[in-house]
Formats: sequence, structure tokens, C-alpha cells
Amino acid sequence: MSVRSAVKAYPQLLRTGFAGAVAYRAEFLIWMFSTNMPLVMLALWAAVARGGPVGAYTQKGFAAYYLATLLVRLLTGSWVVWEMTMEIRQGTLALRLLRPIHPLVAYSAENLAAVPLRGVIALPVVAILLWNTRAQLGGDPLLWLMLMPAMLGAWLLTFLVMSLIGTLALWFESATSLFEAWLGISAILSGYLIPLDLFPEAVRRVAVVLPFRFLLSFPVELVLGRPSRLEALSLLAAQWGYIALALLATRALWRAGLRRYAAYGG
Amino acid sequence: MIEVERLRKWYRVHQRAPGLAAALRSLFRRRYETVKAVDDVSFSIASGERVGFLGPNGAGKTTTLKVLSGLLHPTEGRVAVAGFTPKDRARGFLQQITLVMGQKQQLLWDLPPSETFLLNRAIYDIPRAQYEATVAELTELLDLAPLLGKPTRQLSLGERMKCELAVALLHRPKVLFLDEPTIGLDVSMQATVRGFVRAYNERFGATVLLTSHYMEDVAALCPRVMVIDRGRLIYDGGLAELVRRVRPDKRMLLRLGKPVDRRDLEPLGTIIEHGDAVAVIQVSQEALQSAVARALSTLPLHDLTVEDPPLEEVMRDLFAQGRAA
Repeated sequence: MSVRSAVKAYPQLLRTGFAGAVAYRAEFLIWMFSTNMPLVMLALWAAVARGGPVGAYTQKGFAAYYLATLLVRLLTGSWVVWEMTMEIRQGTLALRLLRPIHPLVAYSAENLAAVPLRGVIALPVVAILLWNTRAQLGGDPLLWLMLMPAMLGAWLLTFLVMSLIGTLALWFESATSLFEAWLGISAILSGYLIPLDLFPEAVRRVAVVLPFRFLLSFPVELVLGRPSRLEALSLLAAQWGYIALALLATRALWRAGLRRYAAYGG
Repeated sequence: MIEVERLRKWYRVHQRAPGLAAALRSLFRRRYETVKAVDDVSFSIASGERVGFLGPNGAGKTTTLKVLSGLLHPTEGRVAVAGFTPKDRARGFLQQITLVMGQKQQLLWDLPPSETFLLNRAIYDIPRAQYEATVAELTELLDLAPLLGKPTRQLSLGERMKCELAVALLHRPKVLFLDEPTIGLDVSMQATVRGFVRAYNERFGATVLLTSHYMEDVAALCPRVMVIDRGRLIYDGGLAELVRRVRPDKRMLLRLGKPVDRRDLEPLGTIIEHGDAVAVIQVSQEALQSAVARALSTLPLHDLTVEDPPLEEVMRDLFAQGRAA
């Protein structure tokens, strides 16, 4: 499975994935609007902050934080676990294995292809974010520039972790309970529910170095202009370091899993 | 083109009795049983051959096809297809084979088949000119033109199967593994699929290995058959030879000018069917000539034909023999 042929096939994979996402538009819309947790949290914290700022966050500060969180989640979310688990259980993974392209590459394209459509939904969020809370957003163009690779990194890391858990379905009948555990932990430690800097110092210190931060909080921090340039660069390097690790782990696990799958079932 | 030497594929299957208590027990201690899906099977298939793979459900047909297409690793034995070891799933190997499973589909459900065509063109890196020529040819052979633009989910089963075959052959594979390609199709659609497989085989010199529950498929398509039962290959050779060996008897089909008495038929052989206008008599190979002569001279006949026993019965007897032995 050469990288060159995968790269060559990728644009068509994206086009077909986009066509698929459009065909599913009703389900897609429902799914998108179910990503509303940040708005719930926003309402909660805004009420708390009415009496005065919480940590570094005023009411407007919370608004900026949760709108940015919603935006990052909409654009970088990945749910490939469900698809992988289903295809492995039903045996349709076989059809992917027959084609001369790595199934994970194909999954990634199908996933990524949905981003433009998500972008359409995300646009109003961006508009509100920019208009209402502009004073809270970062002003350094370099940080905004870094947002691109950080968002791409957040998507890729999310996708790889999902693939890693999905790959476990090659061993266990259902990997989805593990996935739910991951979702729970990640909701807390990625900053999805509560900004990381509001945690008690001890928790915060651990949370900022764990990979969860790079799934969500890091791009949000860039939007809000929190880190210095140097910090931002080192965080970006750490994010892509985690991506490299996740890539190696996923590849190794996939190979071992496939050997097992080919030995016992399929 | 295909070489299989002493192939074994054994599975360990988790055993569990029904019920809550059994479910709890199986949490702690699992009982496994070894299933010998394929047990010491050897054969070779030359380039361009069309071979039918027959056997009851669970005999090991699909397992063998999955090993040959690289989806399953053999437990033991050597397998080579088009010069490759299938389990390596090398790109060069995947480019040359296809596996069509009548029960699973690769067409994208909510998109028209033409979209899957484009996807496969990219994945298999098919040159544009070749792609266009192949699509045009397949469209004509299978009469796909009205189907390609409709979402797959709106196609009938037969229409879907035609598109499924087309998408599986876009990259012009040299080896076709067809697992029940006609399952659930009506008689005329089965004939279309058969005709198409034969045309593809003749046009591109492709090797075809086909499993089917419909003996018609095999009889019409495959000069050679392999019969597998409980993981073992019990016959490999010509179809006519198989029929002769298992069921040397023939069937005499008589079209009667007027009803005849049962007693007039009894001397001819074993009566299978006796109606006013038609009678079917089973006759041994040796007695055939005299039985025909006698029928012609003693009965009011419109027509007389001699046939082999139906393939379904041949197979049933073959498996029964195998099990009794």
C-alpha cells in the first residue's frame, strides 16, 4: 500500500466522501445540532459570572471560550469508532480490505470530507463569536496563523484516537464502551466542559500536559490569544508529537488486530 | 494461476449455552471448540479456467475463497494466486483479483453506482482511457445505462447485483472469486449474470472460481467442478463425469399421446412421475437402450427424451455417500 498511490487517490476519496455527507444531510444536521454542550455550559457559567469574574473569565470571557469550543468541536469532531465497530462486527470490513488502499486512509477521507458541510453550520457560530466577544479574542496574527495547523492537528489526533479505539473491535466484540469512557474523561480533561485553567492547581498541572488538551483546548487557547508566541510554538510541537505517537500506536495495533482478524474470522 | 497445497483453515469457536447462567459462566471460563473449516485441500486452476465450487452450507467454500483473496490467513499449507501470496495483500495482488459476495456490497448505499465507479477508478489508479472503455463495455453488456445515476438504495436486488459486478470488474481483474453471485435473483437475472461472467471470462481470459447454490449456474458456466464437504475436497473434475459417477442412471421423459396404464410403464424402469400427458422413468445406464426401444414400440408417444438426473439430486446423493462412508 504505497503512500504515493494513497495520496493520488485522496482527492477523489474526499469528493466521494463529500457527496456522501451531502446525501446524508438530514442526519447530519441533527447530529450537528446535538453538539450543544458548550452552549449549556455557557449558560451555566454566565450565570455564575454575573456576580463577578471567575478566575480570568468574565461573562463575555465565558461566551468567547464556549463559542470557540463549539467551533473547534464542530470542525474537528470524529466518530469513526461507530463505523469501524459496525463494519468489523458485520464483516463488511472485508470489502475495504479487498481494495488496494489502507482502510484507515479511506476512513480519514470520509471523515475529513464532511468538514466543508460542518463549516456551513459553524459559520453562524463564528459570526457571533467575532461580533459579540471581539474584545476577548487574541490580537496576535501569528497565533491566528498557528490556528490552522492546530485545528488540523486536533482533527487528526481525534481521528487517530478514534481509530485506535475502533481497532480494538478487532479483538473485542464491542469497543464502544471503552469509547464512552474515553468520551467522559476527554470531556473533562480537554476543556470541553470547563476551561482547564479553572481546575485546582494540581489537576490543572496534569491536564495541560496530557494529550486531551490538544484535542480541543489548545486551538481554543489560540483563538483567545492566551499563550505567548513561544508557548504556542512549543504547544504546537507537543500536539504534533502526540500525533506521531498516536499514528505509530494505531498502525501497530491495526497490524496486530488484522493478523488476529485474519486468523479467527473475517 | 491459482495453486493451493494442503490448505488447512481451523477456527477456534467460542461455545456458549443459552441463558443467563451460561452467559455469566462464560464471562469467567470460555469453552472453545476447533472447527476445521478447510482441512487438507489441494488443487490448482489454470489461467482462464471457469471452475464451480460446490458444497453444502458450511462446507468451507467461502472460507477457501477468503483465504484465496487474502482476507484469512491459512492455518497451514501454501497458497499462491497470480504469483502472489494472498495474505500479504500486496497492492499488485489486490489489483489483479476481485471477490464478489452476493450477500455483501461495496456500492455506496446513498449514492449512485457511478460514484462508486469514480471512487474505484481512483483507488485502483485506472488510466482514464481504460476506465472509459471498461465502463462503456460493462454498461453495454449489463445494460447499466438507466441505473448508474440512481441512488443504490433505490435499485432492485437484480439491478444492484449488476452494478455490483460492474464495480468489481472495473479494474479488469485477472482472477474472479464469485461467492453466490446470483443469490436471491430471479431466473432471468441469473441467466444475465451467468452470460456476463462467461463473456468477461472469454473477453479477458480471466480465471473464474464460483460458488453457487443454483446448480444451473454451475452447469451453464463451469466445465470443471470441485466439490467440498466438511472441509475436504471430495471431487475435482468434469461436471459430466461427476454426474456419471454418482448417478449412472438416466431419466426417460415421455410425452404421451393419451393416458396409459401404470402397468404398461412398470417394465421400463422405476416410475418417478406418472401423469396423463407426461411420465418420467428412471432407467439404469445398461438398460437404457432396450427401455427406449420398448417405449417406442409399445406406448402412444408424442416425444421421448433422455436426460441426466437433476444436479440437485446428484449432489444430494454425493454428500449422502460421503457421509455414509
